[in-house]
This record gives sequence, structure tokens and C-alpha cells, in this order.
Amino acid sequence: MKVLEREGKKVILLGNEAIVRGALEAGVSFASTFPGTPASEIGDTFSKIAKQLGIYFEYSTNEKVALEGGGGAALAGLKALVAFKHFGLNVASDSFMPLAYLGVKGLVVVVADDPSCWSSAQSEQDSRHYSFLAHVPMLEPSDPQECKDFTKLAFKISEKFEIPVLVRLTTRVSHARGIVKLGKMVERKKKGFFKRDKERFFNLRPNILRMHEKLLEKMERIRKFSEKTKINRVVNSNAKSKLGIITASASFNYVMEAMDDLKVKFPVLKLGLTNPLPEEKIKSFLKRFKRLLVVEELDPILEEKVKAMAKDVNPKLKVYGKDVLPKAGEFNEEIVISAITRITGIRLKIDHTSLEAYKRKYEKIKIASRFPIMCPGCPHRATFYAVKKAVKEMGIEPVYGGDIGCYMLGIFPPLEIEDFLISMGASEGVIHGINKATEQKTIAFIGDSTFFHAGIPALINMVFNRSNPLVIILDNRYTAMTGHQPHPGTGITGLKEETKQVAIEDIVRACGVEWVKVVDPFNVNEMVTTVKEFLAKDKVSVIVAKRECQLVATRRKRKAGLKIPKFEIDQSKCTKCGLCLKEFACPAIYEENGEYKINPEICTGCAVCFQICPAKAIRVKE
Amino acid sequence: MKKPKEFNIVAIGTGGQGILTLTFIMAEAALKQGYDVKTSELHGLAQRGGSVSCHIRFGKKIYSPIVRESEANLIIALEPLEALRACYYGSRENGTVIIFNTFPIVPLSVSILKESYPSLEKIENVLKEFASQVIPINATEIAKKELGKGVFANVFMLGYAFGLGLIPIEKKNLEEGIREVVKEKYLESNLRAFELGIEKAKS
Repeated sequence: MKVLEREGKKVILLGNEAIVRGALEAGVSFASTFPGTPASEIGDTFSKIAKQLGIYFEYSTNEKVALEGGGGAALAGLKALVAFKHFGLNVASDSFMPLAYLGVKGLVVVVADDPSCWSSAQSEQDSRHYSFLAHVPMLEPSDPQECKDFTKLAFKISEKFEIPVLVRLTTRVSHARGIVKLGKMVERKKKGFFKRDKERFFNLRPNILRMHEKLLEKMERIRKFSEKTKINRVVNSNAKSKLGIITASASFNYVMEAMDDLKVKFPVLKLGLTNPLPEEKIKSFLKRFKRLLVVEELDPILEEKVKAMAKDVNPKLKVYGKDVLPKAGEFNEEIVISAITRITGIRLKIDHTSLEAYKRKYEKIKIASRFPIMCPGCPHRATFYAVKKAVKEMGIEPVYGGDIGCYMLGIFPPLEIEDFLISMGASEGVIHGINKATEQKTIAFIGDSTFFHAGIPALINMVFNRSNPLVIILDNRYTAMTGHQPHPGTGITGLKEETKQVAIEDIVRACGVEWVKVVDPFNVNEMVTTVKEFLAKDKVSVIVAKRECQLVATRRKRKAGLKIPKFEIDQSKCTKCGLCLKEFACPAIYEENGEYKINPEICTGCAVCFQICPAKAIRVKE
Repeated sequence: MKKPKEFNIVAIGTGGQGILTLTFIMAEAALKQGYDVKTSELHGLAQRGGSVSCHIRFGKKIYSPIVRESEANLIIALEPLEALRACYYGSRENGTVIIFNTFPIVPLSVSILKESYPSLEKIENVLKEFASQVIPINATEIAKKELGKGVFANVFMLGYAFGLGLIPIEKKNLEEGIREVVKEKYLESNLRAFELGIEKAKS
């Protein structure tokens, strides 16, 4: 493992792996997470190394629970790191704010934003706001080396000032690889001790107000640290220019590349600690210029603060930001170049207009889309197909609530079976509202991991408040989309130790649901019949569509040397109706010269196409 | 070997073709060659049968992990349609070379939505507008025939590009990269794929 290499060695690490190394160099003893791209590799790296290093690591049921676990460990005196994607901080935010009041030390929270939503369905939120909302310091690395160094520093700040610290990443920081010079890993505490402290932990009136004041005081003290720290630094300090640039995070990289390509040098204030901001440092930087460009992705947070500071020290300064840069979508070098060109008139040396013509030409080319699809043999596809068949036979058109996981790919053609995607667990919560508000039939699709994460309260709400949707829990035994991490139903922990398998159907029954059935999605007829039966109920009903993720199952079969049956289409029987390809759409099935065929290299032998073929033309390949 | 100030590669293909492996190999090799290096990759949704593209940049000092449009020195595409998707990272002005595997993987959008898959000839003609040199090679067919499996097309193409003198990294460092990244079990086949690529380039 590169992340465990010796001190002084230069290795290539992913930004997320460098976060883990930084935590190891700080002496972390406890780590927790709920998987979510682009943060997943932080937890997965811990899962690989924690046991051998004597670190406690867990995949928690959700991000709030993960943060609370880390908070508890920190209250007991251990250094703890908690990581999740941006939406995870929304879930955890309820505990994030009070943990700042409690003044826990040794707690670092890593949050990974996803500008451009490369792997996020919900929104393009800018999580930096949480740092200001919670009065928690925030560090923003730009590359893997800084990911390591800043994580280590975050622990230092947290210990010194007794406050949780936020490390904020974006996709292009989390998922960039680069050279990291490793530092020394230190001994870690194995066990801590929780010491009762009413002054610190008793957050009720009137103590809570004193705690609030104390928190604000701490932030002012950290501001002094922010003035001195080398991670808030000026690059090209001696460059003679009327234009200055302030930037942070991934944007810094694009600024440096843009200047290089434009063959210009502007002084750049690179901020690593973005809350509390080094106001004096920023003000003295502002004084030097006539024009200033703030380069930050998403919301104009730095820009607004810098504008306010400029009013004091340089009221004539023209501050550019979101007037020349987009508010939505991630940045790249081109975007920064065009902003600089708009402000200064400086252009690229090679003919930029011909490149723009290229881009226009490119945009005119029709390139068939290659949207992500469910894998061959995916049990979700079988479930979706059966549901569509059942409602077609019933002559109804239900409203379909979608949720977060692999099965959200059911939103794409030809299945197109999810009408909305909101947040973890919202399939149930929202479908309940639609069920109450309309006469329409309602179906919620929710994954196993998502059900454990946020599906239980919403299900109880349906029972309690008497709505009657059909909830289909797609139980493929893992948190599959983010890389098959275990969840409470899997039977394995993040430390790869055996644990109890929590049965979803038991929880559902305990919630008070009367109509519950576990169905194997590969049994198409049983699924169709059960969907029809349950859609007629006047109370909420639940189908647990239980079948292990085919990727894992196939991998295991191959390892064990088991033969995987392959299917083929008998061309003499095939009526060319195309149902297997056009409606079921397994990627193993394709059309060639007017004939439908099955690619034996990727067929997983699920036998669903064999069951649904109206002409009975599909058979096991000898 | 002359060291360029910076060198930009875009590697593109579809999920399962080994684009990430190719990226890791080149990154490790660039480190061994003494370059600064940055790569960028996209995970999650992109991996489920969608298109996968990675950027590899190395040189004296590299900040951004993303290749600027028009600035790729080399585009390695493991699938023709994906070559088309990435072509704007190249330009004639910057002397881009595009190497593409001519073996098509037809997406669902073509088979069920009736979007069209252009002919290889048409693809090549479009690519030529975005590069000063376009090199088609049926890597999957060659890998299947001579190495037993189409999946070695990725490292075969790396060898092919190197053999044509298109990668400013020494052979021993690329081989070291392969050793570092590829699992023991597949190491020998991959080294053979790399060597075969070089041979084909020279013949």
C-alpha cells in the first residue's frame, strides 16, 4: 500500500488517499464514514489498513451517525476523522453545529463537494457555507500533497483551539492523483477516557450562550493563526501588475496554468485556510491593485467577503468574480483564461478564434450518447421489468419514487421507471405525500443501504399516518454504487470482521407494516404477481427484492471455479420481436444483421431473459 | 530523450476497458522519469458502462490535473465513438496525435434509441480535423488473436504509442509502471502486450 510507505518517499496518491495519510501522520485512532462519491476512497482506504494499524474504522449507517461516532471518540480523547460527500454533511449537520459548541478537540470532518455533479444526483451545493454557519475553521487543499499536509494541520488546529475542523474537497481534488512527499506516521492512542465536564458539555440555557460566545472568541483567535500561516500565501509576490488574483481549492491550479499559457504573471493570494479569513493579509494584498479577480467555484463566498474588505482599504478597487466566471458547474483552465482575457484583453498566443471554431465544429458532431447502465444480470433490472409488466397488465400508470443508488439508473431509457430523485430516503417520504394528495397508485423504490440510512422513519410515517404506497426495497446486500461497501445487512464490518446481519424484512414488520414479502427478482412471475397483489392493498405494503449484486456473485463464482451458465438465442425460434433488447435491455443482448444475440463474455446466466421471451427462443448454451 | 515542458494525454474508452489501469501506469512511469505528474479521473456513475475518460499530465511543474481543450499531445482512445467524444482536446495547431482502437462497442442508445453509430471512415475524417495525425489500429482484434484476450488492448496501445515515438518516457520506466500497477497474475501478459504493441509499431 502506497499510503503506508516510509517517511521521505515520494509516491503517487489519489487526493482521498492523501487525506488518509495525513490523518495517519497526525495519529488518528478513529475513522468513520458513509460512502459517497467523490469521498468514498477515504473510507475504503481506512477499511484496507485500519485493522493492521490498530485504528478503529467503521462504515456507519448514515453520515449523522458517522459524525456522532467521531465526535464521541474525540470527546473521549482520541483523534477522529469523519468523511463524507457534500450531502452527507447535510445529513450530519444537526450534530455538526453543537459539536462546535462543545469544543471537541481532535475531530476533523472531511467533506467532498462535486461541482458539475459528476456523480451526484441531488444538487450542486457549495458546502463551504457550513463552515460559516457552524463557526468551524475550514481548510481547502488544491492537490494531493496539500490533502495530506492540510489534514495533518487540521488536527493540529483542532487540538490547539479545541474545535472541530472542516477539510473541504471537490471532485478535482479528491480524484486527482499527484506526487506526495510522505511525512512521519506517529504512534496513536488505542483507548481514551470520557471525563465528565459540565462547563463544556452542558449545552442548555444559560450555559449555551456562554458556549456560543466562547466559540466566536476561538474563531477570532484562529483568525490570528490564519494571518500567520504559510498556507495563506502570495505567489508571484514581486510581479508588477495592476491586477491581483485571490483563489483557493482546485481553482488555484487553473489560475496557475492559465497564467503560464497566457505568458503573464499576476500576484496571486492562495488561501488554504478560508475560514476564518486572514483579513489583514487580504487587506494589505488588496491595497496594491486597481483590479482584483476572485476565482472560486460555485457561490461567490470569498468574493463577497473580499468586496466588503475592499470598501475599508481600497474603495476604488474593481473586484471581478461571478461577473466574469460562472456560478454553476466546475471550472477549468479555459474558463479562467477567458475571464482573464475579458478583464485584461490578454489573449492566448495561438489563434484562439480558430480553437473556438473547432469547439463549435465539435458541438455540431452528433455523437451517440453512452449513458451509464445497470450491469448484465443486475437484479434491479429484473425488478423494474416485472413492475412495468405488472402495471401494464393492470392498466395503470403509477407514480414512481426514485432514490439514491445504482437503481437510479432506472431513470434512463428504456425502463424510465423513476419520476423523481431527491435525497437518501426521500422516495418514501415524498411518495407518501403524493399518495395523500392524489388518487394515483404510488410505488417507492429504495435500496438496502439507503433504507438503513434514512428509509426507516419515512416507512413508519406511512404506517402511522395511513398511506398505502407499495415500497420496493432493492436489497442487493451491499452499498453497491460506491464500490460494494458493507452495510448493516451485509454481515461484515468496515474492519472486515463478521457481525450480525440485520434483516430488512424484520425491520419492516417491526415498523408495523402488515403486507411484507421477500421476493427473488430473478423469479419474474412471482415478482409480477406480488406487485399486482400489493398494489391493490389499502395499507402500505413492502416487497423486499432480495438478490446479491451480480458483480459480487459472479466474482465469487469465478474465484471458486464454478461454471457460470450462458444463454443463447435459438434463431429458428426467435420471432425478432426485440422485447429482450428494447424493453428488458440487458447489455449482454445485442442486434447484429437483424438477429438478436447474447454476448457470452458478459452474460451472467441470470435466466431472466429466458423467462420473459414470448417465443421461448432463449436456452442454456451447451 | 528530450524532456518537454509539459505533456498532455487524454485516455478514453468505456467502463471495463482498463482506462484507469492505463492512467496509473503512465503516472507511475512519469514519476520514475523524474517528471511532476497529475492525473484526473471520474468515478461513480461513469463506471457503470458509461464512457470513462482520464487525463494524464506530466512535465517540469504541473498544477492542473485536467488537460486544456486543444492542448492534448496525445489522445489514446480504446473505442472509436469515444475517440470522437474526446477529439476537442486535440487540435492541428498543437500537433495532436490521436490513436484509436477501431473495435466498436455499440452503446444502448444506438441499439434501442436509434441514435447512429458513424462509419469508421467518417469517424477518422472528423478526427483529422482535430489532430495533425490520426492512427487507427485494431487493437482488440490483435490482442484477441495474439494474446488471447481483447482486454489487453489498453497496454497493447500503450506499447504501440511508445513504439511510434509518441510518449516521452523511456521504455524501462513504462515497464516499471506496468510492474507497479498490474497484479502479479496478469503481469506477464501485460508486459507481452506492451512488447507486442512496440513490435507492431515498428513493422
